[in-house]
Amino acid sequence: MQHVRTSGPGDQSAALDVAGVSHSYGSKRALNDVSFSIAPATFTVLLGLNGAGKTTLFSLISHLYDTRRGSIRIFGHDVSRASGEALRRVGIVFQARTLDLDLSVHQNLSYHASLHGIGAGEARQRIAALLDIVDMPGRQHDKARSLSGGQMRRIEIARALLHRPSLLLLDEATVGLDIQSRAGILATIRKLVETEGIGVLWATHLIDEVEDGDHVVVLRQGELVAKGKVADVIRTSGATSIRDAFSRLSRIEAAGIAELSP
Amino acid sequence: MSAPAMPEKVAGISAVKFEKFGLRHYLICLKGVVLRECLRFLHQRERFISSLVRPLIWLFIFAAGFRQVLGVSIIPPYKTYVLYEVYITPGLCGMILLFSGMQSSLSMVYDREMGNMRTLLVSPFPRWFLLVSKMLAGVSVSIAQVYAFLIVAWFWGVKAPPIGYLMVLPALFLSGMMLCALGMLLSSMIKQLENFAGIMNFIIFPGYFASPALYPLWRIQEASPLLHKICLANPFTYAVELIRFAFYGQIEWLSLGVVAGCTVLFLAAAIIAYDPSRGLVTRKQDTGGNG
Repeated sequence: MQHVRTSGPGDQSAALDVAGVSHSYGSKRALNDVSFSIAPATFTVLLGLNGAGKTTLFSLISHLYDTRRGSIRIFGHDVSRASGEALRRVGIVFQARTLDLDLSVHQNLSYHASLHGIGAGEARQRIAALLDIVDMPGRQHDKARSLSGGQMRRIEIARALLHRPSLLLLDEATVGLDIQSRAGILATIRKLVETEGIGVLWATHLIDEVEDGDHVVVLRQGELVAKGKVADVIRTSGATSIRDAFSRLSRIEAAGIAELSP
Repeated sequence: MSAPAMPEKVAGISAVKFEKFGLRHYLICLKGVVLRECLRFLHQRERFISSLVRPLIWLFIFAAGFRQVLGVSIIPPYKTYVLYEVYITPGLCGMILLFSGMQSSLSMVYDREMGNMRTLLVSPFPRWFLLVSKMLAGVSVSIAQVYAFLIVAWFWGVKAPPIGYLMVLPALFLSGMMLCALGMLLSSMIKQLENFAGIMNFIIFPGYFASPALYPLWRIQEASPLLHKICLANPFTYAVELIRFAFYGQIEWLSLGVVAGCTVLFLAAAIIAYDPSRGLVTRKQDTGGNG
């Protein structure tokens, strides 16, 4: 199976390089020898059903968990040994909502700016610009509690971009959102890849979020079962479409296919 | 190892030129963490009220009831006989720090997988600095609670010399940090202390009652030499005495030494225990992730 990008694991120019990563929760193996790398300015979809290991992988990439087996590098910086340098280059949108509902949009974003050493004046300018980018202009003073689920996600995306990362990780960012909100957020992220050159790792179990030109990494029960461009994954799995390929690779029974769509 | 050049594009999001973090950046981060905690506290009035109710019940009801039962002789720092409510006020300040510190440190451990701690922990600043900042933020809020309590106590007739209200500040700060670090250390290492009920039963109540917060040590010694020894081994004892003496413009050096030493020790141990590869976090991972 070919890699997502032409270069292999250990490539210093990769936006993200995951090499031989395994992780266990006690005796339960959550990830087993996972290797892939993604190039800068590409949109890569991390596909997997619930329990496939996506969130565990995100926790390792974001250094919430220590990588005990294998290595993870972000633009050449080892997440375990140089976590600060690595984390400065990555923006993260977690699966669970992480906005403080009691605070305003501006207060939430300012807090994040301070966590990256960005002063108040500069943060104010960046927040205004980013709220435009995520289509929430002038909403600085809205209470987070007053926002819809989709709007909260947009604010979380703005927050993840506040420190100008070159790699964006989004873990099931559209879960629980209506079709319109999902499409809007996906379009915003894809535009960022095009216009800003940001590399994106988009974790999802929703197959309709994959487009033909995307790169995909497919996880099943902690094992990497496919990686490459959509067309390559379809071909190597002997399927007729990416939906079919994902079904085969995930060994989904007929009754479970509905889960691939929202 | 240096990163490759970042792509420079239109809006400049990717035009990354990272300067090395200096003192200024650390201070920005610390200020942000403290400010957020204060803002959260201001937005949660019920939290503020409930934090005041507990010590006020002790002051208004318990102290009034026990005034005739428990006599307090003249012991330093007091120069005259004092009413029982005057005696227990420093202990109640300690109680506020104890509850608040344990609560916030527990949430730092228990909520590690939750949103707020996640956003904190993925910051590029060193983890020890983030944890200390979070503790400082929690202690700042606790100190505000103590001063609010002292204002109410002042109207109740518990008054200290003006210098005492100033001198008690560093004593509260040091004691708060010690208790917060102790809470984080214990809840990181002991599985039974992963919830507040466990913290209450195994740390707060024993720690509070086995101290001079409610009765002088000499009384405890008269009642039970063993309990007296336990009190002497209890770090909270020294926190209470440090606060009591500072409240009257004095420094109790032994207490200062013990509290400062314990703060450094507990802080270092708590940071090590909080490391993802050790302690509770490793065990918490045993429960599995969701993705």
